[in-house]
Amino acid sequence: MSDDHTDHDHSHLDPIDLRVRALESLLIEKGYVDPAALDALVDTYETKVGPKNGARIVARAWSDPAYLQRLRKNATAAIAEFGFTGRQGEHMMAVENTEGVHNLVVCTLCSCYPWPVLGLPPTWYKSPPYRSRAVIDPRGVLADFGVALPDDTEIRVWDSTSEMRYLVIPKRPNGTDGMSEDALADLVTRDSMIGTGLALAPETHTGDAS
Amino acid sequence: MNGAHDVGGMQSFGKIEIEADGPNFHADWERRAFALTLAAGALGQWTLDQSRHARESLEPGLYYTSSYYRIWLEALERLLLDAGMVTEEELAAGTPQGAPLPTAPLRAKDVPNRMKAGSPVDRPPEADPRFAVGGAVRAKTMHPQGHTRLPRYARGKLGTIAHIHGCHLLPDSHAHGGDRAEWLYSVAFDHQELWGPDAKGKGIVMVDLWESYLEPA
Repeated sequence: MSDDHTDHDHSHLDPIDLRVRALESLLIEKGYVDPAALDALVDTYETKVGPKNGARIVARAWSDPAYLQRLRKNATAAIAEFGFTGRQGEHMMAVENTEGVHNLVVCTLCSCYPWPVLGLPPTWYKSPPYRSRAVIDPRGVLADFGVALPDDTEIRVWDSTSEMRYLVIPKRPNGTDGMSEDALADLVTRDSMIGTGLALAPETHTGDAS
Repeated sequence: MNGAHDVGGMQSFGKIEIEADGPNFHADWERRAFALTLAAGALGQWTLDQSRHARESLEPGLYYTSSYYRIWLEALERLLLDAGMVTEEELAAGTPQGAPLPTAPLRAKDVPNRMKAGSPVDRPPEADPRFAVGGAVRAKTMHPQGHTRLPRYARGKLGTIAHIHGCHLLPDSHAHGGDRAEWLYSVAFDHQELWGPDAKGKGIVMVDLWESYLEPA
């Protein structure tokens, strides 16, 4: 397949682009799909749902011990308090990183990922290099992401083989005492909630946290 | 089935192409393939497990040389054909040649609520769980022709029940028109048990497994 052209002239579309367009027009003409619904689906997962949702959950869990208890007891319900529910997040579990345990989430069989809190997965999460290695060489995977952990840290890999969806609660960085939930949420990256990263330290974070 | 999708533990795929905060889609056709798959799925002609089975049934050469949304597209066309919603001729021509199946398409105004509702798979249990947290189990050695969510790397391995999640629809049934539900467990497998002397460092892999995948150990 050619991938070297960058223009958007339809006369130069990839064969796969033409094939998807043909399928879309066929399904619309047969009355199976509403074109406005297609746009709404793309808009939902491209602009509305993403890892900022999960960051709010983590910041609340760091800040509010009662919330953390609810999250441990029934993550689906605790996350629903924020309105984050539904497709690919019907059954949630929060897994907490501690001094001795680091959690890492993968789906070796497909691409299961907690959409309501993290949005759609990054391409690498869905691709065989990550899916194959996360279970057999998690330390090597973490090293690729720049994460080095002590040898005696237990790496706990969660293979999402069911409809359970896992949200990693990263360790709260040092030096964040007294920070607001909004400021804490800015330290929570997508990768830290997959387990391929750590939460940012406040001194390395140059964002607009208040 | 022992399909191309079951990649856990394989070692020849090369480097992870890390993107810090990349876009969800890398071409417009990916957006459309994604939305078409969700909108067509919303018609209720197949289950999520059926769509997974359609993807993992792709011939391995095609699976491994296809991008993620290409796999979705291939599977969507097969699901539409299998459901009798389109014909090969219609796919080739891109225009309808016969009457559609009667269906109720997903409307734009219903997208937010449908996505927020999702499709929970927990069901009321009909019996107590067979295994308790802390119990020793062995994942069965099995190679069903149909859909299963017991990855090959865990088959035959000893593990420990770590969590009981409730009674969930069994994918092996749900992918093939059934609605059997079973107790679902997170089973902890030690790295040494899974990988032997090649295991690198201290660790466990948690795998979500249904009761019929397990036997007492």
